[in-house]
Amino acid sequence: MPAVVEDVPAVELRSLDELWFQVSGTLCNLECTHCFISCSPKNDSFGYLSLETVERMLAESVEWGVREYYFTGGEPFLNREIMSILEAALAYGPATVLTNATVLKSEWLERLRAAEERSGYSLEFRVSIDGPNAEMNDPIRGERTFERAMKGVGLLVEHGFLPIITMTRTWEEAEDFEILGRFRNVLREQGYTRPRLKVLPRLQIGAEAERTEGYGEHDRVTPSMMEHFDESQLICSHSRLVSDRGVHVCPILLEAEDGLLGDTLAEAGTPFPLAHGACFTCYQYGAICTNPTTKEWER
Amino acid sequence: MGTLTAHVFAFFGGVYNNHLALAAAIEDARGRGAERLFCLGDLGAFGPHPDKVFPLLREHDVLCVQGNYDDSIGNELADCQCGYTDPRDNHFAQISYDYTLANTSPENRAFLRELPGERRFEVDGLRFLLCHGSPRKTNEFLWQSTTSTAFLEKLADDFEADVILGTHTGLHWDRELSGGRRFANVGVLGRPENDGTTHVWYTLVRVESSKAEQGGGPSPGQADPSASATILSTPDSPLPALSVEFVPVVYDHERLADEMRREELPEEFVQTILTGWWTTCLEVLPQRERRVGRF
Repeated sequence: MPAVVEDVPAVELRSLDELWFQVSGTLCNLECTHCFISCSPKNDSFGYLSLETVERMLAESVEWGVREYYFTGGEPFLNREIMSILEAALAYGPATVLTNATVLKSEWLERLRAAEERSGYSLEFRVSIDGPNAEMNDPIRGERTFERAMKGVGLLVEHGFLPIITMTRTWEEAEDFEILGRFRNVLREQGYTRPRLKVLPRLQIGAEAERTEGYGEHDRVTPSMMEHFDESQLICSHSRLVSDRGVHVCPILLEAEDGLLGDTLAEAGTPFPLAHGACFTCYQYGAICTNPTTKEWER
Repeated sequence: MGTLTAHVFAFFGGVYNNHLALAAAIEDARGRGAERLFCLGDLGAFGPHPDKVFPLLREHDVLCVQGNYDDSIGNELADCQCGYTDPRDNHFAQISYDYTLANTSPENRAFLRELPGERRFEVDGLRFLLCHGSPRKTNEFLWQSTTSTAFLEKLADDFEADVILGTHTGLHWDRELSGGRRFANVGVLGRPENDGTTHVWYTLVRVESSKAEQGGGPSPGQADPSASATILSTPDSPLPALSVEFVPVVYDHERLADEMRREELPEEFVQTILTGWWTTCLEVLPQRERRVGRF
């Protein structure tokens, strides 16, 4: 749906705080019905990033003063070079990897725990599970995925990691408190005594647009909405994403044509017009992609 | 930008109404030869009797920077702007915020309102920048494990500073930067550091005035085995040598706990003072910092 707003407000990249890597492209072992980029085992429209590409971008990121690195997909652990990629990143700064936790192996986690110890920076795991039980999670993420992901969480905890369980809100916002409480209890019962949780709003693009509905033509950010608004709430003011095609404005608009800004960080430093429905969600909820530890707080 | 001649400075982080620790830290810093005392903001929160902090600051001429809490209390905002995301954290933060707001006098609220968001000064060409969270944002969390060196280098470049000092997260740490520059989080006096000990921390910074002393022997503070200090020797840098020393402060924490209970502040906060473990506001902690705590 094209934007109906005239004079679409554009956001400048004020500082490149977070650099994202679409490390497994659109390839995933799961096929979640709410995925905002329709990842699947067969969707190879974006491919794996090589260690060489990641290393080149890490080196380029230094002069930008990037504070931390994020690795996403698809499922990052399908990339055969992911271990070396994460180890390389940890030499530059803190790293966060977004995983469905269904393919993790003990020997990988041992190696990554050692890499984290060596680096002095945090290696955070964000594990996607869409509710405190299989009844809520499995219809979205696939049969037995709740059980498999919870096993992955157990493995992470066993290796000393404290994963951030990330849920996409497929319920009413007013139910957050109750559902988070239930999930904390479930995690504690399974031995994760210090559960960390994060709720994401739904992004009505990709597969989610088919599951429910896409954005309406008025779900857009208007110039008047930007008056007295703290732009640091918008990820495009402090992030960029690297895929096998180049550098994009943010992790959400991977498939948007105008989201691909160039081949290098320098080329991708241009202002971005908030022309998409997903920009409206980002505006509403703020800082939706980053970890709670780095949440920007409106002043 | 003023020029100071003193070469030993003490930097206090969030006081959080802990007037007992502030008094102990002032005495300790004076005993170690600190000529100027600074506080990097968040005078209120957590502890009892907010108004007991201000006379100490005035009497000892402690120069303050405005923290997010000071901005909130000074301007009587609805909350502390602490940046928590967990409803439980916000619940407890609101209790202490409402208590602090109700118990801070109009005169002291005006003092908080007028505090500057940053302070700068220069010593022998070394440019100091004092802030609360980061130079670019008062309530930005700069944790040791989630802040890259490249990011700190850029802050030092962008804000034209050689020594950047902040607090806000409540945990002390420092990082050497290129060209003899340094970032340090000075810790806080308000509560212990989530390590099972009850003392709190402040930071002493020494600037060696004579170039002949650069990279010289240990600073006096290193005689204390419980303190940690590092000297940054910078033979290729035109900047004077700098040492950053984190100083533990033992104070009457049991008396503070008694005062908190009499003021009916949450028992969760009292337990933090008595045990040294954080019990609330844990969600903002990165993995590494969270891992070492009990909760």
